Amino acid sequence: MIGVISYLVFFATMAGILAIVVLGLNLQWGYTGLFNGGVAAFFGAGAYVTMLLGGRPEPGQFGGFLAPFPVAIVGGILFAGLIAWFFGVLTLRLRHDYLAIATFGVAIALESVARNAEWLTGGAKGLRGFPRPLEATITALGGGDNFLYGLFFLALVLAVLAAVYVGLERLTRSPYGRALRAIREDEAAARSLGKNPVRLRLESFVIGSMIMGAAGGLYVAFYAYVGPQDLAPILTFQVWAMLIVGGAGNNRGAVLGAFLIWAAWTASGFALAALAPQAMQLYTGPIQYILIGSVIVGMLLWRPQGILPEQIRQQGRN
Amino acid sequence: MTGPVPSGPVLSVRGLTRDFGPFRAVDSVSLDIRRQSITGLIGPNGAGKTTLFNMVAGALKPTKGTVALNGADITGLPSEALFARGLARTFQIPRPFRRMSVLDNVLLAPPDQTGETVVGALFRRGRMATEEARIRDKARAILDFVTLGALADHPAGKISGGQMKLLELARALMGDPTVILLDEPAAGVNPSLARILVERIEELNQRGVSFVIIEHDMDFVMRHCDPVIALAEGRVVFQGTVAEAQADPLLLEAYLGTAA
Repeated sequence: MIGVISYLVFFATMAGILAIVVLGLNLQWGYTGLFNGGVAAFFGAGAYVTMLLGGRPEPGQFGGFLAPFPVAIVGGILFAGLIAWFFGVLTLRLRHDYLAIATFGVAIALESVARNAEWLTGGAKGLRGFPRPLEATITALGGGDNFLYGLFFLALVLAVLAAVYVGLERLTRSPYGRALRAIREDEAAARSLGKNPVRLRLESFVIGSMIMGAAGGLYVAFYAYVGPQDLAPILTFQVWAMLIVGGAGNNRGAVLGAFLIWAAWTASGFALAALAPQAMQLYTGPIQYILIGSVIVGMLLWRPQGILPEQIRQQGRN
Repeated sequence: MTGPVPSGPVLSVRGLTRDFGPFRAVDSVSLDIRRQSITGLIGPNGAGKTTLFNMVAGALKPTKGTVALNGADITGLPSEALFARGLARTFQIPRPFRRMSVLDNVLLAPPDQTGETVVGALFRRGRMATEEARIRDKARAILDFVTLGALADHPAGKISGGQMKLLELARALMGDPTVILLDEPAAGVNPSLARILVERIEELNQRGVSFVIIEHDMDFVMRHCDPVIALAEGRVVFQGTVAEAQADPLLLEAYLGTAA
């Protein structure tokens, strides 16, 4: 029983971290129409920098400054924002499909850096060992068992998720969100009404990426590990599937999609491990990729607005 | 509007030219738009009317020449800088924000809203709410004025083409413009909506708003516009009153004959 609960806590923590990423993408794509094809880059940037700042020192390895967790994660958030700003200035004038290609390229480039710059990133084996916030104190409270710490960390993730959700709801239901949606719908018309698309798109892109960076920082603290595979395109596709299934342009939909798709992903992993014949076991990973691709395509064909569609009347209700 | 409104022309265009590669779409056009006029801009397809509009509205940079709005040089200013200065425009093919409500389309328009910045939306909630209530009252009044009040909560992409033209006028009015550029406001609009549109334009004109209207429907131009400016092959070929336009045999032959 405790095993099941323990697993559910683990599952919810990871789903919560992913939900934060999906909320970041929802600001960019759902509200602003920015096709970010490199979600993993901003998640990974937050994760690596949090690790470098807050991790333990290792001989021959840059970083490991043992910064307190809040300082480390803020560093990760700011770095994710900085690279978003840099590439945003370069690419946000591009049309949607080109922006997708450019951001995808950014993610591939960063993955390559992570894999090869060993002095900085630990190369292919990644970086390991991260003092989790309050771990010793809370584990001691729980009598040495780490279940209580798991609960604490889940609460921390859910608190960040709630803060991001409330912040984004305020932002997107305000005149700011109205202006973002107008840019998404018709840039020339929005400009003729005095809205500055370059400023709005850059802000939305940077804020969304900082949110992804925050999720990356939580992820590092959760696993006490980060490696190049955390920057791999599969994360980008998973996050897109979550947003499309949940409902782009709807923050509740984004969170719902994250939990649903993460549950489906995990369950399909279990099912394949239990049911697939011996000879097929090597291919369960690719089969999961095919499943997630099918979910995206099926959703786009039959319910492109997602489970919880965008509300047309946002400010129109009295 | 701030400061005294100058008495000269509302818009003043000098030597305005635009090349697209080797093709000169607008060729040293100079004209003044009289304050509180409803000026008709006519000419055959490809005469450069919309290109001229786009340059005046900041959507297109001129190759040469200058544009002044209420006496102030606005040449080369981007489209988004002009709305707050009192220049608004509509599009030949309506461009509503389709997945937003009709009311949201209109609420969007006022410049410099407190809640339009990240800091304002997150931290100046009180001021934002007060301002929003005021903007909403104004938006509702303007939607009623253009007879779209009942459609306030409908998605803007689901209303008729004529209603979209009225919606574009409503959006423009939120900025309290001194001059509105209308690109074919009556094209493809059913007669009853077109009549409403004309009545509203004339009422606004009485209140001091100047209009420049591109229109192919000569009947519309002759009845509602004065003066008239004709373009052909990027040049001004006629400027004068409606009476003069009707008396000009060349103009009649060249445009009025083909336009019907």
